[in-house]
Amino acid sequence: MPTATEGTRTARRPAGTGPQRTVTAHGAWFLVLPALIPVLVLSVGPLVYGILLAFTDAQSGRTEPTRWIGALNFSDLLHDTLFWESFRIGLVWAVGVTVPQFLLALGLALLLNEDLRLRPLARALAIVPWAMPEVVVAVMWRLVYDPDAGILNETVRDLGLGDGRDWLSGLGTALPAVIVVGVWAGMPQTTVALLAGLQNTPRELHEAAAVDGAGAWRRFRAVTWPALRPIALAITALNLIWNFNSFALVYVLTNGGPGGRTRLPMLFAYEEAFRYGQFGYAAAMGCVMVAVVSVCLACFLAGRIRGGGDA
Amino acid sequence: MRTRPAARAGQYAALLAYLSFLAFPFLWLVSVAFKPARELGSLHPTWIPEHPTLANFRQAFDEQPLLHAAVNSLLAAVGAAVVAVVVATPTAYVMARRRTRLTRAVSGWVVVSQAFPFVLVIIPLFLVLKNLRLIDSLPGLVLVYVVWALPFALWMLVGHVRAVPVELEEAAAIDGAGRLRTLVSVTAPLLAPGIAVTGLFAFVTAWNEFFFALVLLKSARQQTLPVVLTHFIGAEGVADLGPLAAAASLATLPSLVVFAIVQRRITGGVLAGAVKS
Repeated sequence: MPTATEGTRTARRPAGTGPQRTVTAHGAWFLVLPALIPVLVLSVGPLVYGILLAFTDAQSGRTEPTRWIGALNFSDLLHDTLFWESFRIGLVWAVGVTVPQFLLALGLALLLNEDLRLRPLARALAIVPWAMPEVVVAVMWRLVYDPDAGILNETVRDLGLGDGRDWLSGLGTALPAVIVVGVWAGMPQTTVALLAGLQNTPRELHEAAAVDGAGAWRRFRAVTWPALRPIALAITALNLIWNFNSFALVYVLTNGGPGGRTRLPMLFAYEEAFRYGQFGYAAAMGCVMVAVVSVCLACFLAGRIRGGGDA
Repeated sequence: MRTRPAARAGQYAALLAYLSFLAFPFLWLVSVAFKPARELGSLHPTWIPEHPTLANFRQAFDEQPLLHAAVNSLLAAVGAAVVAVVVATPTAYVMARRRTRLTRAVSGWVVVSQAFPFVLVIIPLFLVLKNLRLIDSLPGLVLVYVVWALPFALWMLVGHVRAVPVELEEAAAIDGAGRLRTLVSVTAPLLAPGIAVTGLFAFVTAWNEFFFALVLLKSARQQTLPVVLTHFIGAEGVADLGPLAAAASLATLPSLVVFAIVQRRITGGVLAGAVKS
């Protein structure tokens, strides 16, 4: 290996990458292999297998061989009103959680970025929902929503707003009630991501704008938001996807009830596969859901390119 | 920057509102966990238990195999964290130090994995693990958790490797140390804190996970804590509130402790990974 002068060697090296000689090409393959094999076997492989399954009549615990049935599952799915109803609920849920969650998290992140006395406590507390298992979050909110022993109804009674109600069992209240839980559970992650974005915004720009007489709103529009936009876009796209695919919260809170009002697509697919054993049909549902998610991801990437977003 | 007093008061009011929204379900959980059955049955629940008791905790352990489930969760989470870190570190090193088609493909996969379609993967995974006789077994679950934790572990570790100045490695090489020697005695010690944080994060992720555990573990003896927690809720949705709250509070403790430790170091957030790569 020719030992070039310091100057030429640095010039040859793109920023952020090391010099070529710390790892050889063969070494690279060798070092990546331990991660590559489990990934190929346990995520890429099953993904392809899953797509293939969608075109078969695979069922659990059946003795006859599985047959290839073409697009039959998909044409059945097209007429499955229950699935489309759950799909609609999934969209309502995903948007209903993501939008308020983003606005609240933005507000909290802006507050936490200020020089406030409660800040350390607030930051620690803001992490709590993130650290909790989703099942515990759901259990906790069941206790809050409990019609008799729950604190929510007690508060409602104390405020003289009536006798309270069974929030999770009411046809009209169940979905809004679980949406509140979704917002609560996902807020910390969104807050932390936005806070990281805020802290990358140069403070001098703010001060310069303030000196020029810009009010808080102007400063937000002109300085904060443009810097925050890429991260905000990314987190919103990901939250939409995550929320659309969520399972544990609603499984424990309502198990899809009452009368299917909170049956998210994941719950539907789970029941179809593991309660009724319809593997092929459930895989087809998975394909449709993934297609939708991919469109979301594509929109996000397009938006990122348009915004020239290099966070 | 100066802020007017009125605006500052508004900020504090908003912050307090946020904090109570974040704290109140959590405080309620703890309150219920320490309440005797009689107080739980009363129509006017209070925030602070009048006669705090540990009976709910005792009952929780009697009703469900909590201890066993906690051991299962611990084994799965530690296993997943250790394997994920061992497998991810070399890859992260290559990704940070070289830019080839291979490492670019891996980075691409890290981004895509943020939106990975579990719904499409779970059925084949169930069938694959069944054929490998790894269904209803902790090793099978650990395998799944490792693959699941890898993208984030990789992203975190790449950042940590980049923070180790490559000049140190070059200096070691000039001094005559071989590649392996350089890695072991120069790079690894500097990387250790980053590896620890990554491992802790993988631990929490696995400790909290529910969906895969629900599908892949069938027998009561194998189930992890989140799955056992759901057994406290009866078929009709009726729950024994006290023991349920007690068990739920216990299940949160380990992740809270770990998060308290690593909190500062993950400020970038899971998502910054997707944005920055």
